[in-house]
Amino acid sequence: MTRRVVITGAGTVNALGLDVAQTQAAMRDGRSAIGELEMRDAERLTIRIGAQVSDYDETVHFNHQQIALYDRYTQFALLAARQAIGQAGLEFSGDLAARSGVILGTSGGGLNTQDENYRAVYEAGKNRVHPFVVPKLMNNAAAAHLSMEWNLKGPSFTVATACASSNHAIGQAFHFIRSGMSDVMVTGGAEAMLCFGGVKAWEGLRVMSRDTCRPFCATRSGMVQGEGAGIFVLEEMAHAKARGAEILAEVAGVAMTSDASDIVMPSRQGAERAMAGALRDAGMRADEVGYINAHGTGTAANDKTECAAVAQVFGAQADRLAISSTKSMHGHCIGATGAIELLACLMALRDGIIAPTANWQEADPECALDVVPNAARATQVDACLSNAFAFGGMNAVLALRAA
Amino acid sequence: MTEEIRAKVHEIVAEQAMVDPPDVSDEMTPGDLGIDSMGLVEAIFAIEEAFDIQVPFNANEPQKSDFDYSSVGAIVRAVHRLVDEQKK
Repeated sequence: MTRRVVITGAGTVNALGLDVAQTQAAMRDGRSAIGELEMRDAERLTIRIGAQVSDYDETVHFNHQQIALYDRYTQFALLAARQAIGQAGLEFSGDLAARSGVILGTSGGGLNTQDENYRAVYEAGKNRVHPFVVPKLMNNAAAAHLSMEWNLKGPSFTVATACASSNHAIGQAFHFIRSGMSDVMVTGGAEAMLCFGGVKAWEGLRVMSRDTCRPFCATRSGMVQGEGAGIFVLEEMAHAKARGAEILAEVAGVAMTSDASDIVMPSRQGAERAMAGALRDAGMRADEVGYINAHGTGTAANDKTECAAVAQVFGAQADRLAISSTKSMHGHCIGATGAIELLACLMALRDGIIAPTANWQEADPECALDVVPNAARATQVDACLSNAFAFGGMNAVLALRAA
Repeated sequence: MTEEIRAKVHEIVAEQAMVDPPDVSDEMTPGDLGIDSMGLVEAIFAIEEAFDIQVPFNANEPQKSDFDYSSVGAIVRAVHRLVDEQKK
């Protein structure tokens, strides 16, 4: 008998809110958290906007010894995981601990730590750095601290596929449970790339907007970076039901594809194969899908390709389903973005509310789909997809069903 | 000055197109030379570094940028203008 996988806990920290309730409330209101960046040397940046986690004081959440070890991305992951595991109501010990692991996505890892310490040695000319620079900056630090905090002793690692990292991570966690290797996996992604070096690097590509993120809009001006974490508890369905856990949604299927064509330009075929593959893996008909949380970066290259791919895969259903990009509100959270966007999928499946594409002004004939402009919509959604199409041409699409 | 700018722009474009500078002429378009949008971004970066100027160019909507890159000659003229504007 096929093992099914459900979500029993969700947590987040992002610019829209410091938990799931705040984040989903902002999504319902179509409120964008994009604003002026506050960071050291911001006056030297050409791109000065982003969706930053503001009103955040690390000393409220962590002590001095912890801060010495936790980069900002690790802090986000730990706070989000505390919410998710708390909601799931699981305690990990004995056999359950031995078979439960953590798979996270990140792109930059401890980038703030790198940035600060490069500054110290190159700019300030210091010849000594803090002893924990390496364990603080490493890409598996967040996953490692989650494993230690909650006694997760099963398969644990970090996935890095740029903007698709957390969808690949969640997909991998799904496979671990479906295959029988684990009963519970903690998964998602974390990213804190809004530091001087992180933004400066993105400026170089010349795809960043100077005003705001307007996905699927004729007046789009590029992408806007965000930051944060989204963490979920995935659990084998019978395991969750046996203990009476509340099921938030079912992860019904996953597909991963590689364009194998260009390092930055997306391919329609790669996106199509990923969406069609996720439907096939989930045993889901196209006409069951009421909502797609788009990759929707607000760049010309992504938005046109993604809309063409949706039209191709869904045929007539493409005109009946809703598709929105919540990056217009929480920014492009890079390696955490798929995880944060999964919260919009949970809102659609559980509450029947589709998060809008904010900041939208004018129809783009090359994105002629129902992009839910500016205002959230109440409608029943039984199944949805969440798209992630990364630089490097690496794609991962999740297919979910209502519990 | 114009000839210096032309020679340097030709050199940068040639390097991006992987051809010898004498094989580049003002009439050629980036497309003729096999330079795609990301190649153009790289060439513009090289131009900014070489002339110490800022080139207004957004890769999302290249046509809307205030920088005429329709041909190599157009790029030379645009760089000349930017140098004049920004080096005074």
